[in-house]
Amino acid sequence: MSVISISKREELRRLAESAIDKKAIYGEDIDLSMFEEPEEKEEVDELSKLPPEIQNVAASSGIDITEKDRAGSFVQLDHSVIYQKIQSAYKGQLEIMDIRDALEKYPELEEYWWKAVRVDQDKYTAYAELHPVHGYFIRVFPGQKVDRAIQACLLLQENAKMQNVHNIVIIEEGASAQIITGCSIAPKVREGLHIGISEFYVKKGARLVFTMIHNWAEGFYVRPRTGIIVGDNGTYINNYVLLKPVKSIQSFPTAILEGENSKAVFNSLIYGLKDSNIDIGSRIILRGKNSAGEAISRAIVADRSQIYARGTLIAQNDDSRAHLDCRGILFSNEGMMYAIPELVADKSPKSILSHEAAIGPIAEEEIEYLMTRGLSKDEAVSLITQGFMDVKILGLPKHLEDYIRKMIELTQKESM
Amino acid sequence: MLLIEDLYVEVGGSPILKGINLEINDGETHVLLGPNGGGKTTLLMSIMGLPRYKVTKGKIYFKGIDITNLPPNERAKLGIGIMFQKPPSIRGVKLYQIGEITLRDGKDGDRIKNYAEMLNLINHLDRDLNYGFSGGELKRSELFQLLCQKPELVLLDEPESGVDLDNIALIGNVINELLGKEDKIKTRRSSGIIVTHTGHILEYVNADKGHVIINGKIICHGSPRDLFEEVKKYGYGRCSECL
Repeated sequence: MSVISISKREELRRLAESAIDKKAIYGEDIDLSMFEEPEEKEEVDELSKLPPEIQNVAASSGIDITEKDRAGSFVQLDHSVIYQKIQSAYKGQLEIMDIRDALEKYPELEEYWWKAVRVDQDKYTAYAELHPVHGYFIRVFPGQKVDRAIQACLLLQENAKMQNVHNIVIIEEGASAQIITGCSIAPKVREGLHIGISEFYVKKGARLVFTMIHNWAEGFYVRPRTGIIVGDNGTYINNYVLLKPVKSIQSFPTAILEGENSKAVFNSLIYGLKDSNIDIGSRIILRGKNSAGEAISRAIVADRSQIYARGTLIAQNDDSRAHLDCRGILFSNEGMMYAIPELVADKSPKSILSHEAAIGPIAEEEIEYLMTRGLSKDEAVSLITQGFMDVKILGLPKHLEDYIRKMIELTQKESM
Repeated sequence: MLLIEDLYVEVGGSPILKGINLEINDGETHVLLGPNGGGKTTLLMSIMGLPRYKVTKGKIYFKGIDITNLPPNERAKLGIGIMFQKPPSIRGVKLYQIGEITLRDGKDGDRIKNYAEMLNLINHLDRDLNYGFSGGELKRSELFQLLCQKPELVLLDEPESGVDLDNIALIGNVINELLGKEDKIKTRRSSGIIVTHTGHILEYVNADKGHVIINGKIICHGSPRDLFEEVKKYGYGRCSECL
């Protein structure tokens, strides 16, 4: 039973009910009745006991089945939390659990539940509140520096189902962690919907690098709703990687830099394939003194894909600065890219906001230059593309960086 | 090594080279002089095979193979390398990656490091290729790539332009290494063509033959130093009288 007070639950229900038909500002509207809620499943005690096809798709989203390089793991399959573990060396540094269990255990979660994301933002947030939900609760204890990544995996195994998750991550004062989340589906899943509410709280002097790898299917809808609140001297780095086709994804995470000297960085690498409709943005609200933000996105449009790359920087403190860098390449005559950088200086005449946005082909001069070094035209285009999708901007440990680089190479080979 | 027969080249529909004949033997270094727009760079680019430079007549042979219609990468593989005057920058592609790609006999981290050290580029290996490099750094980046590639025919387009005096000796030394100037003359195989405006590079690199190109034609051959003395004294105005 949730420890959230009755009054708060009633208030949330009222707000959610008022928004259940509220269309999102961006992205096509989805008829939620098309998808069923899946049944609950049994837990497993080792990741290697998951069905092989599930292990494969998890691995393709950056999940380490052996857990060798991980501090802890969380796996949700369809609507069931089937695995949660902290490696013994990390016990006492962090906790990972089903959000439902966390809500029963910790009364203080009431103050975090729907704080960074509004419950009545749209019909997807409303749905998440009004229907049974799982998801992960990850908390890193004060002062703990977790030196290996924590992995979370959200998978769908059944076709035409809806996955509804609500995650909360709290990085307590002075702590630091790296979380890698892989979202993926079993090979037989052709269509479905993932609604993912994620709320991040990065406390004073804390640091979180959150990397999300999405691996969906051509008939799959995805509606993440993400909010981040960063305290004094806190740093939040968000990496987003999408290299597989999707029917439609719309996401516009918002980081609120409440604290003095707080910082947020959003990096995204997006490869639009087939008929994907991709609407990805990032919004940074600079509220704290000397807060700083950066949003970098690299997008490749192939096939008939459409990519909307949004970025909004809102300065609400005189002493704040942020930069937005959005670049795209169209490889196809049938694709579309729409870059929308927005800068808002809100009663903060001394704040400094800047952006550079560019869409254009690979320069012939660059291809020819590499050809004079012995690369064929295709090899040159491939190398420049990999350089454009520069994995180094993500600032990941080498093994993860290499892994994502290989995924990009593979995507590129398949699409060319 | 290289034989050019009656070469005509157009750029963007305009004829630039108008009947070039040139032969470069194994181990020889030639210098191309001439006023701006005369066709020096066009000749180098045509030998390298850049697609913008369209051969409308004539042939280019390298080591006896007709390369007139080969793409640049095939020419590079046969052993032709070029140092651009103004190379492009490529963001996201690192200098060390190009080193690895151009090493003709496989990846060898030590050699890449040695060449980078030789050219004071150790701190540039992890940087985006030529991005934000100064004039001198660009030249050294080009030479680094050529050292990795080890071409038999080295095409150098204004290697000293934009380079300060401290760096010009270093650049001269590396060019000498590329051209195998330390090898015995009898066994020296590497050949080169140096396009130079100022002639400064000739204080560091010995060249065997010189040619003056004006208006797309080679109008004069001779000792590189003699030709330079002539140009210094009289400019290209007097050369034009020979057209």
